Amino acid sequence: MPSIMIVSQEDVMRGIVSYHCYIPWYRLDRKAIYEQLGWFNKAGVALAKGEKSVANQDEDAVTMAVSSSAGCIEDGTKKNINCFYMASTSFPFTVRQNAVIASKALNLPTSIRTADFGGSTKSGTTALLTALDSTSNKTSLVCASESRIAKPGSVEEYTYGDGAASLLVGSEDVIAEFKGSYSISHDFVDYRRVSGERFSHSWEERWIREEGYEKLFLSAIEGLLKKYNIEIKNFKKIAVAYPNTRSLRKLAKTLGATEEQIQDNYLSNIGDTGAAMPLMMLAEALETAKPGDKILMISYGSGCDALYFQVTDKIENIKRGYKGVSKYLKFKNELNIYSKYLVFRNLLPIDIGIRGESVFPTSMNVLWRKEEEVLSLMGSKCKVCETPQYPKQRVCINPDCGAIDQMEDYLFSDKKGKLFSFTGDNLAFSYDPPQIYGTVDFEKGGRIPLDLTDCIIDSLTVGTPVSLSFRKKYSDIQRGYFGYFWKAIPENKKEEE
Amino acid sequence: MAEGIKDKVAIIGTGCTKFGELWNKSESDLILEAFLEALDNANIEKKDIDAAWFSSCFDEVNVGKSSLPLANALKLPFIPVSRVENFCASGTESFRAACYAVASGACDVALAIGSEKLKDIGYAGLPDFGTALGTENRLTSSNLTAPGSFAMLANSYFNKYNLTEEAGRNILAHISVKSHQNGILSPKSHLKKKITVEDVLKAPVIARPLGLFDCCGVSDGAACAIIVPADKAKDYRKDPIYVKALQISVSPGEEAGYQGWDGTYIPTTVIAAERAYREAGIKNPRKDIDLIQVHDCFSITEMVTYEDLMISERGKSREDIESGFFELDGKMPCQTDGGLKCFGHPIGASGLRMIYEIFKQLQGNADKRQINNPHIGLTHNLGGFSNTSIVSVAIFGNKL
Repeated sequence: MPSIMIVSQEDVMRGIVSYHCYIPWYRLDRKAIYEQLGWFNKAGVALAKGEKSVANQDEDAVTMAVSSSAGCIEDGTKKNINCFYMASTSFPFTVRQNAVIASKALNLPTSIRTADFGGSTKSGTTALLTALDSTSNKTSLVCASESRIAKPGSVEEYTYGDGAASLLVGSEDVIAEFKGSYSISHDFVDYRRVSGERFSHSWEERWIREEGYEKLFLSAIEGLLKKYNIEIKNFKKIAVAYPNTRSLRKLAKTLGATEEQIQDNYLSNIGDTGAAMPLMMLAEALETAKPGDKILMISYGSGCDALYFQVTDKIENIKRGYKGVSKYLKFKNELNIYSKYLVFRNLLPIDIGIRGESVFPTSMNVLWRKEEEVLSLMGSKCKVCETPQYPKQRVCINPDCGAIDQMEDYLFSDKKGKLFSFTGDNLAFSYDPPQIYGTVDFEKGGRIPLDLTDCIIDSLTVGTPVSLSFRKKYSDIQRGYFGYFWKAIPENKKEEE
Repeated sequence: MAEGIKDKVAIIGTGCTKFGELWNKSESDLILEAFLEALDNANIEKKDIDAAWFSSCFDEVNVGKSSLPLANALKLPFIPVSRVENFCASGTESFRAACYAVASGACDVALAIGSEKLKDIGYAGLPDFGTALGTENRLTSSNLTAPGSFAMLANSYFNKYNLTEEAGRNILAHISVKSHQNGILSPKSHLKKKITVEDVLKAPVIARPLGLFDCCGVSDGAACAIIVPADKAKDYRKDPIYVKALQISVSPGEEAGYQGWDGTYIPTTVIAAERAYREAGIKNPRKDIDLIQVHDCFSITEMVTYEDLMISERGKSREDIESGFFELDGKMPCQTDGGLKCFGHPIGASGLRMIYEIFKQLQGNADKRQINNPHIGLTHNLGGFSNTSIVSVAIFGNKL
């Protein structure tokens, strides 16, 4: 009789293999909002403290997902990835899967499963649980990313922040073992947005706080503690994605948790990053965790997901200290002009001029033909003279070579280079003039003219080291399309991190 | 080496409209105006023309594609007409086609005419490159404009020759001041304003380091030339101007995509100039040429072109700029009419507008801006960008 080996789920260790966060470069001092709209809503004064992270005008949930995920798989693990899940409540596309755009930018294999998780800020942990619960030993990359907009002057405009966090989930080299979870689901309508609307509607804040946050978080945590017969004091860190700092302290008190146990939610200096917040907090907890530490993670939105992890010895094997949120707190640029924030988020119908309006239609079949070239920045390398070149060529660009059809694929997106030349152009249309662009000479060969982003013109010189970032290249509002491509970012910014 | 075009064809008449923001003139009006002047100048009739070439670039804002707009505007009687386009070098391209047709014996009298109606787009600068670069390239090309492309040339040049932005801009300012001085003397120029170095330096930045006065104007205009075989030219007029060389060089793309070029010069200009000098038999361009009309779309382009044409030494054009070598009373006047700087740059017309000026100068008909007894003149017409370009160099003489 043939024997079939059955591996039960309990036999396979599932958990976090790697993690990385991303917080955009810009910060908006919340006082800037109050200065402009405090006359209308004086209550805003209580919220006009600290700063919030703001995605650059060429960033959205998809591009930030790429930025955080790229850090998560920088050691070359991408070949083994079977699933890529992206969670957000601020997806740029409703139809055209957002996860697949990001997966292509990350140059993940075509033979993977991709999915968007949305609908509530709980979606980040739901995507994570989907990856963790897999009965096979699949390696999944899970990312939650948000760039949410709110009505000008609203509470949410003060509190929301932009950012992303990615977790690599698998069964090998697990740094934090998944021990279990407890989920609750409720149709608690604190926030809602029907199809076609830009902004969410909410109910009274006090009700959301008292009936929502305070009761539902507690209910999920108590459920998990009971399910696994564990006490709150056993957890080294408790990552509660609580969009309110004062209430978080109150919850800690109710639970009997110490201040050291409570993971910072970065509300004061980044903001409420929605679906990304619980993943971001877990990532930050892992930055300093020691083998054996237990971590509790709880999300919120239409209920709660509570997840329980235990850190393994393997955590000592990975480089840490730059993968969490903390490094981004230092690396930032003050936006501080409220109207600039409104323009970046398309909340102010600014006069973009006829040049700005002249967006030509995107040819989808050209995009399909060039999928790898545009989204992955895949170029070619001549097998005869080894010259990397972009875009893909059939005739070698090296004037001393000229070989025909001797090319192999060559990925540029993970390469570094130096600025060959550059300019800040006030004539070209940009939502953040001047439009800065230049030409990059790559360290291992190849030269590409590229736009630059996350920099100011005064910081650039010929020879400035740069790396690449996946960004929104143009918005075709009229035809409902965002074009994505790669841009160069000065490296010196990274050294400061 | 092939025999080349030297002394095979001659220009017997040219026409050029006033350039400017000609809100109330259509492109057909401009074409007709330039054409009538050339007919009158050549003392021929429309029926004498055997074939015509029409250059224009941005068909979206012009009369559209094909040669029909020209044939229709002039009611050319069923003769062969073709439209040519090669970015900003389009003007010389129609001229080249007409010259080769005459030289081959395919026709006796050929018309080259170029025009552009830039001011119908509704905003400053050239039309957005949206479709001009092609649907594939726009997915990946940087969000560049013409001033930005040449600003990068300036930054590379300043960096190589250790010029601070301030010092570099100061040198460039002299180029624009010189062109404006000449532009004032040209009845057909667009911008007639005396400017100082200080004006240039204080003007708004367009694409760093280039300011407003480092950029040529944006104008409407048309220009044309009538070409006949050199040995028949004197049948039409006593002072025809002979074509001594006509060369074009086009980038294979390596400047933009291969780490070979250092970004401080325009290789297509160097190559086209070398070929043109060989074709014309010019041994020492600095001594043998009397005046030049170069493609000064931006001040930096003109500066680099002095070196690329091997008139100034590499990296030392600054000395010639400062000594007044290229001024109207200098050893080799450049942009005697004010250049693109003061005429503006109706793309399809510019190359022919340069030829118009050389024609007048070599005949001694350039009025207030006439230089002393010139025999050899050169035009340089550049299309594309600093890192991928199309350059025509043409040389003319008033003697066989």
